[in-house]
Amino acid sequence: MAKSLALIGNPNCGKTTLFNALTGSNQYVGNWAGVTVEKKTGKLTGTDYEIVDLPGIYSLSPYSLEEKVTQDFLINDHPDAIINIIDGTNIERNLYLTVQLIELNMPMVIAVNMMDDVEAQGGHIDCDYLSELIGIPFIPISAKKNKNIDKVVAEIHHVINHQHIPCEINYNRETQNAINRIYSVIVRNCEVSEKPYPYYASKLLEGDFNVLNYIQLSDEQKSRIDAIAADYEKQSPYPDREALVADARYTYIEELVRKTVTKKDNGDGLSVSDKIDRIVTNRFLAFPVFAVIMLCMFLLTFGPVGTFLSDSIEKLFNDVLSPGVGRLLESASAPEWTIRLLTDGIIGGVGGVLVFLPQIAILFFCLSILEDSGYMARAAFLTDKFLRKIGLSGKSFIPMLMGFGCTTPAVMAARTQENISERRMTIMLTPFMSCGAKLPIYALFAGAFFGAYQGFVVFSMYILGLLTAIIMGAVFKKTLFKKNNAEFIMELPPYRMPLPGSVLKNTWEKTKGFIVKAGTVIFSMSVVIWLLQNFDLSLHMTVDSSESIFAAIGSFIAPIFKPLGFGQWQPAVSLLSGLVAKEAVVSTMSVLYSASGTAALTSAVSGVFTPLSAYAFMAFSLLYVPCISAFATIKREMGSWKWALGVAAIQTGTAYIVALLIYQIGSLFV
Amino acid sequence: MKELTLNNVKIGSSAIVSRLGSIGPLKRRLIDMGITPGVRIKVKKTAPLGDPLEIELRGYELSIRRSEAGNIFIKSEEKGSESNG
Repeated sequence: MAKSLALIGNPNCGKTTLFNALTGSNQYVGNWAGVTVEKKTGKLTGTDYEIVDLPGIYSLSPYSLEEKVTQDFLINDHPDAIINIIDGTNIERNLYLTVQLIELNMPMVIAVNMMDDVEAQGGHIDCDYLSELIGIPFIPISAKKNKNIDKVVAEIHHVINHQHIPCEINYNRETQNAINRIYSVIVRNCEVSEKPYPYYASKLLEGDFNVLNYIQLSDEQKSRIDAIAADYEKQSPYPDREALVADARYTYIEELVRKTVTKKDNGDGLSVSDKIDRIVTNRFLAFPVFAVIMLCMFLLTFGPVGTFLSDSIEKLFNDVLSPGVGRLLESASAPEWTIRLLTDGIIGGVGGVLVFLPQIAILFFCLSILEDSGYMARAAFLTDKFLRKIGLSGKSFIPMLMGFGCTTPAVMAARTQENISERRMTIMLTPFMSCGAKLPIYALFAGAFFGAYQGFVVFSMYILGLLTAIIMGAVFKKTLFKKNNAEFIMELPPYRMPLPGSVLKNTWEKTKGFIVKAGTVIFSMSVVIWLLQNFDLSLHMTVDSSESIFAAIGSFIAPIFKPLGFGQWQPAVSLLSGLVAKEAVVSTMSVLYSASGTAALTSAVSGVFTPLSAYAFMAFSLLYVPCISAFATIKREMGSWKWALGVAAIQTGTAYIVALLIYQIGSLFV
Repeated sequence: MKELTLNNVKIGSSAIVSRLGSIGPLKRRLIDMGITPGVRIKVKKTAPLGDPLEIELRGYELSIRRSEAGNIFIKSEEKGSESNG
């Protein structure tokens, strides 16, 4: 059977870089069964060993989903060896996880990363001595410079072939006595199978009863353990078993660090990161710097570069691919409906979504740089206080901001939030940020009805979206997520130069997810919508769109919109097409009103809408269910149809109420 | 005398942790990040809006909210040599 290896370490310690170095391009990304935690696996280059990249975590406590997934994998799936990567520049806290892994009694290799940084700072880590003290190989590496990766691989083979496990840890006398006594209580259970008894014993002493999922104890055993823990607490002036065990672990680590690590005391006590932070998180400069960074990111994505690339893709689909395929099929004398399904329906539909591909790629490229450089943590640090008021935290800021560009990547960006309630809330509020695709709708209506004030009217849409998000956030906080007492305990990692390779890889992975979706969900949705648009109720093909199934559905639902001021079937159908992509609202209108060109469409809508109903229509377009691409992403990130449909319902409901209020209250004055 | 928490520590000063007040996941998280009795924590700065705090311990930097800092009880406060923020 192929061997499996677990790669584990703290967040920000270079785990992904090492994973890439070990596996090359042999990687598979998926989710852990039943949860939305990402699972990455890959083959160790040149072997059939499978490496599982476990979530970046600080401890094996069972409180976060990531930690539980990791604990479950290590104990139930029992990998053949553990590769623990630690950040040499922050060795004390990184070893806290290592100590818990040592207790698992499994073959293990420790890669001490960022050794070049340690040396550049004038420090030193004696890895040979560490190996001797703990009894397993500590290898100094630099994952980004690909240094000593071969040694890690060699040691992996060694520890597996020799079943090389770490020495037992000796904690301080009180703790060790208590652990030994607990061990004597549970030893019967452990001998049956190869269970990591030191791990269970210390976890039980800590009071972490989650391990009872892995080991069956009788009530008598449990009460004996409680008695031992009570004795243990009595020996300290601070009777708290949880903190006492953690303290024992840290005391052990401090001892190790004292023996093996030397740090240079730099004179003024200011590191490079400190100096950067003097500006970047300065009381007066922080927000201007922040604004400039965000502006640059937006200009790059939605400015000339992004627009040029998007336009090129659009041209490729509309001017090259679509006519080309059309001609090809014509020459093969395919029936007309096949040609139209392929060109208008599929190529048009999928192309309409792939137009966003360059912008999504650029956005993720920028975000990867912000993430890898360490700025993302600072952005969260700066905005936390404000976002907390609506039940979010600093970590929600980036997804919300991206929502102004495109909801799809914005929802994906919410992945960086560990707390599930907070993440859900971010996902639910992000679609209220007016995305770029809604701009054509505002442009049409504001241009047609508000003349000189159109800029102000469009801007008011953005404000309306923000206000709705703030109000809904406050409502969700009081209802759906009442029990959400998320904490905000976040490491501020030192600033680092982002690596081009890792940034590009990260960008590609996210972008690939989007392409896959365009090829599956959006592909099939495009076919369905095209069929609805081109066939009538007796399933005959029709060229008159007012006879299509779509029109029938439109006429059926149109009365619902009457109180909002636009009860005709055309706006209803346009809103339905908006489910595929928001730009489709305008393009559908031009088809339905047989208006070729902007001027014709403007005069057409002028005849149908009033300024008030136009404003209500814009507000509805802003707030109702996001496009299919965003919806599919929400479904995937929420992990269930129940949540996804719930979000869709809440959004449409909100849109309806807001548009209703605008039209009805407005009617009193106009 | 009222027991002091990390919230009472002046920016730029350090203090020694005496105990953690909270229970459950928050306490666990603080402990896992290395905030244990006896550890020295330096309060480096506050965010421009006054919250959260940036603290330094065990050779790394951490951001926590004031409400969380209020659960970290301290023994004594020591004057820092510099203050920024």
